[in-house]
Amino acid sequence: MTTLEMKNVSIEFPGVKALNRVDFSVESGKTHALIGANGAGKSTLMKVLSGAYDHYTGEISMNGQTLTIRTPKSAMDSGIQIVYQEVDTALIPYLTVAENIMLMDTVHNMGKKQWVNWKSLHVKAATILSEMNLSLPTKKLVSELTLAEKQMVLIARAVSKECRFLILDEPTAPLSHTETNELFRIVQELKNRDVGVIFISHRLPEIFEICDDITIMRNGEVVERQRISDTNQNKVVEHMLGQKLGEQFPDKFMTIGDTFLEVKGLTDRDKIKDFSMNVKAGEIVGIAGLVGAGKTEFCKALFGAEGKLVAGEVKVNGKRVNVKNPYEAVKNGLALVPEERRKEGILVNASVESNLTVVNLRHFSKDFSFLDRKKEKLVAKAMINRLGIKTPSEETKVQNLSGGNQQKIAIGKWLVADADVYIFDEPTKGVDVGAKKDIFNLIVELASRGKAIIYASSELSEIMGITNRVYVLYDGKSVKELETKSTNEEELLFYSTGGR
Amino acid sequence: MEANITAKKQTPAKTSFDLFQFFYKYGTIITIIALVIIFSLANPAFIQGNNIINILRSISIVTIIAIGITISLTVDGFDLSVGSVASLSNAIVISMFVWFSQNTFVAIISAIAAALIVGILNSIMIVKMRIPDMLMTLATMFIIQGTALTYTKGATVSQNMVLPDGTMAEGLISPFFSKIGQVPWIIVIMVVVVVVVHIFLTYTKHGRYMYVIGGNKEAARLSGIPVNKYKVAAYLLSALFAAIGGIVLASRVMTSEINSGAPYLMDSVAAAFIGFSVLGAGKPNAFGTFVGAVLIGILANGLVMMSVPYYAMDIVKGTVLAFALAITYYKQK
Repeated sequence: MTTLEMKNVSIEFPGVKALNRVDFSVESGKTHALIGANGAGKSTLMKVLSGAYDHYTGEISMNGQTLTIRTPKSAMDSGIQIVYQEVDTALIPYLTVAENIMLMDTVHNMGKKQWVNWKSLHVKAATILSEMNLSLPTKKLVSELTLAEKQMVLIARAVSKECRFLILDEPTAPLSHTETNELFRIVQELKNRDVGVIFISHRLPEIFEICDDITIMRNGEVVERQRISDTNQNKVVEHMLGQKLGEQFPDKFMTIGDTFLEVKGLTDRDKIKDFSMNVKAGEIVGIAGLVGAGKTEFCKALFGAEGKLVAGEVKVNGKRVNVKNPYEAVKNGLALVPEERRKEGILVNASVESNLTVVNLRHFSKDFSFLDRKKEKLVAKAMINRLGIKTPSEETKVQNLSGGNQQKIAIGKWLVADADVYIFDEPTKGVDVGAKKDIFNLIVELASRGKAIIYASSELSEIMGITNRVYVLYDGKSVKELETKSTNEEELLFYSTGGR
Repeated sequence: MEANITAKKQTPAKTSFDLFQFFYKYGTIITIIALVIIFSLANPAFIQGNNIINILRSISIVTIIAIGITISLTVDGFDLSVGSVASLSNAIVISMFVWFSQNTFVAIISAIAAALIVGILNSIMIVKMRIPDMLMTLATMFIIQGTALTYTKGATVSQNMVLPDGTMAEGLISPFFSKIGQVPWIIVIMVVVVVVVHIFLTYTKHGRYMYVIGGNKEAARLSGIPVNKYKVAAYLLSALFAAIGGIVLASRVMTSEINSGAPYLMDSVAAAFIGFSVLGAGKPNAFGTFVGAVLIGILANGLVMMSVPYYAMDIVKGTVLAFALAITYYKQK
């Protein structure tokens, strides 16, 4: 049995202490769960272990022998392999399965050889696959594989080298139920071969199904390490949460009107299954769920941005609408503040002014579509003041502003357009505390003006702080509807992690 | 909170003189001025009115076609088929006169209609089939080049040409049409195209939408902008300007040579890309494209005057383009 130990590991990024004197240890032949809320430091810890960072302090040792792990290669040479959540970043899509599996071999072990031996490449890859009881054709292109199969290829690549410890970073988040079972079978297989598996997941039932030990992290520190058989889901949730700050939320004063938005049986091709919900005018409705539960997919589907809907009915203000694309959505008074702000929410190369007016340029056009620059400027300035956007001028390019101010602009453009239904998808992601508070105030103000608001977030404290009512999403399904004032974070997390 | 205003990028530009920034903004214009001075010193005839008009006339067609490319670039597309479209419209307009004895109006309308069909083909394949812009228009370039050749049966179309059946073509090109390609109209048309497109891109809602789409397609879509409609419009416009280029070319040479539009493609692409950096725009723009075309025109004209052989011209042109691109992209790092 091999023991891998991390002692006293700390790492800092500009302004953040991501890990603070963390001790962590795993044994080979066991599955070790690593769990914690978003931002607790799980991924950072695993990146340190796999050599992605070189500026940490502390010590890593195997069986008492100190290892120097500062680069991915040194980690691999010590038998520590990692499969990241974003499988596509590690695969080369237009090469075959065999070439992808044997990539490390081709890169590091060719030595002076210049010619690729195709036959032995495929034979070696096939051997690895069959050892794991996997049936994948080695000559298939990786671009043709499903997500689950891609993951298998990465795991196969990891064990193609000497593999004593394998880190799986949220492997099950994008997988279906059967695919997850297949993954568990492989994990079991690896365990039998005396490989230690470190398993990061947000889904508690899974962890209790396949893990032997558990380490719980919170705010960059380890708060608990024990055998899985000595604990239960509720205790784990308590450790994950600890105490949180809740005083940053404004008072909600309630003048809730009639049902304004009604969604029935929304289903898309991949993720969302039979989702029904409603929002009343002046109400803030939360969509709670863990990363990968389908919140973003739901927000986009509702906004017509996915183009993958197969069933469902949306009514705005009692009138049935067909939101088949964002253009129709905007026409019907819907607004989406997307999660991927830089990619989807703002135009980084454009000025603050043109970002704010982009949704509703019609209001700023004169005859023959000529733009009324003066009016644009006026409205932009007013919005900058109203939202407290910190910018040198309305002509500054948005890329020069901080995350919080960018988010205010992503929200502000919908205020200029005066939408009726606001869908917020993780609006506080990458936003500093002060701007967060501004954003909360803004959302509550919108509600008090009778707007219908959907607030999707995996930050349960935010859901608790700002919403009136919550739908809990698990694996694309709405598993529970709760009144916010009669629930708590424990209950939300319980349902979010698949408890029932 | 106040500390969060990240003003890191603006302050130094104001306080200290940033040499690179200066060259980025004014490099093209400085180069033009420098070239004018050098060529004038080498040969005083260069700076005379006649020659200036000569230069403007010579860049007119390039500019018009380059404006079309510029529009396709604003939506983050790229239309490589403009050269072929110019050939096609050149062939159609001349053949309408010579073969079918049509009047000017019919001739021009037919040429433009044919070009718009190409634009529709391009945009449907790009928007609906999701073929990458450059690849699709590359394919269209070949298709249309072949279509134009097939249409003219691989021959030059001109007045009094001998038809396949042995007779002479009887149609005449109208005197009115021949005016288009002469000074001053050829220059006037160019200036009007540049000014109209500049106003369209800078001061109208539609122009703003196009830049928004080019800047971030996903954000544009999620803001409710009908992205596909504007992409279609962009390709129609670029085909339209290519057709106008071809018509002006037809009027200037009064014949339709085979592949007559092809040589204009690369000069136009060069002009549009050089235009990115003019006055620090950092994006495709009509005025910049014009300046790019002027730079290329002056180079060509001046080098001829200095007796540089025509076969060495492309070396200089390519070098200038590489330099302009270096300045544009180095800044974007």
